[in-house]
Amino acid sequence: MAEAVPTAHAEPPQFQHHFVDMAAQREASSLGMWVFLVTEVLFFGGMFTAYVVYRASFRHDFEGASNLLDIRLGAFNTAVLIMSSLTMALAVWASAAGRRKLIIPFLLATILLGSVFLGVKFLEYKQKFEHHEVPGAHFVVPEGLAKPSELFFSLYFCMTGLHALHMIIGIGLLSWLILKARRGEFTPQYNTPVDLVGLYWHFVDIVWIFLFPLLYLLGRHTL
Amino acid sequence: MSAPGGHGVNAHGGGHPGLKSYFGVFGALMVLTALTVWAAFQHLGVWNTPVALAIAVTKALLVALIFMHLKGSPKLTIFIVVASVLWLAFLILITVSDYATRAWLPIYAR
Repeated sequence: MAEAVPTAHAEPPQFQHHFVDMAAQREASSLGMWVFLVTEVLFFGGMFTAYVVYRASFRHDFEGASNLLDIRLGAFNTAVLIMSSLTMALAVWASAAGRRKLIIPFLLATILLGSVFLGVKFLEYKQKFEHHEVPGAHFVVPEGLAKPSELFFSLYFCMTGLHALHMIIGIGLLSWLILKARRGEFTPQYNTPVDLVGLYWHFVDIVWIFLFPLLYLLGRHTL
Repeated sequence: MSAPGGHGVNAHGGGHPGLKSYFGVFGALMVLTALTVWAAFQHLGVWNTPVALAIAVTKALLVALIFMHLKGSPKLTIFIVVASVLWLAFLILITVSDYATRAWLPIYAR
């Protein structure tokens, strides 16, 4: 029994003993997160597929409806989200490099930028409600367009809404990381939660990288 | 790339790409965002969408490879990511091939 003790070079307290070593544990955690992200790709993928089909069917209405979105707010939000990905990457770096004092500021910056994104999104949604461009009983078909323009806005709200929900969950996860970081739980040997939330946050950024051109830019060349 | 088998001493096998590459990727993403907005207003005919998608794919690759440390990740992780893209392609291609060819059969043309 006592034979089975492997080379026990100081593993962190979070080490699970069914793993050979910390590197194997880290790899398993990271792989699990990637598998989850694969399911997310297909989750969003269903909506992207619906978008592709209806955009091909109602090209003119999709282009016209897309031009009613505020391109400045969309581009601004894209920049904000890219910046938040940078601060997230820096938070992961700080936790892995043992720069403990930098972890929380970078996490806070990420939360702040994520909140700015959501605030701008709120303003955009508000405008859509005021202009009667929200699908449903109060939808008014925009001038020069036909009924399928409503379909574009349905997809717009579903896709950006699901994306925004992911951002809200992400901000919750980042807040949880801050609590853990305050307790000093992250060390160069163990920073898995920061690492995995980072993967999640960057994934949400990638979704927006595709949403921005597909929703905001598709009809601009017709202007 | 990392050591054989991907078992590094530090996180992500073989250490982090470093701060310089993070800021480099950030700059590239900002430039590509400006580029895609500019390109959207150009009259490229059928090429507007392919150009926009090519820029988006480039940006996504930069985020995945550098920010998400896919570069230097174990082969199994890369395999999983490639599989996800493949299945997404199946999802879209098979659906589109259905919708695109429905009118070919007179019975569905109504």
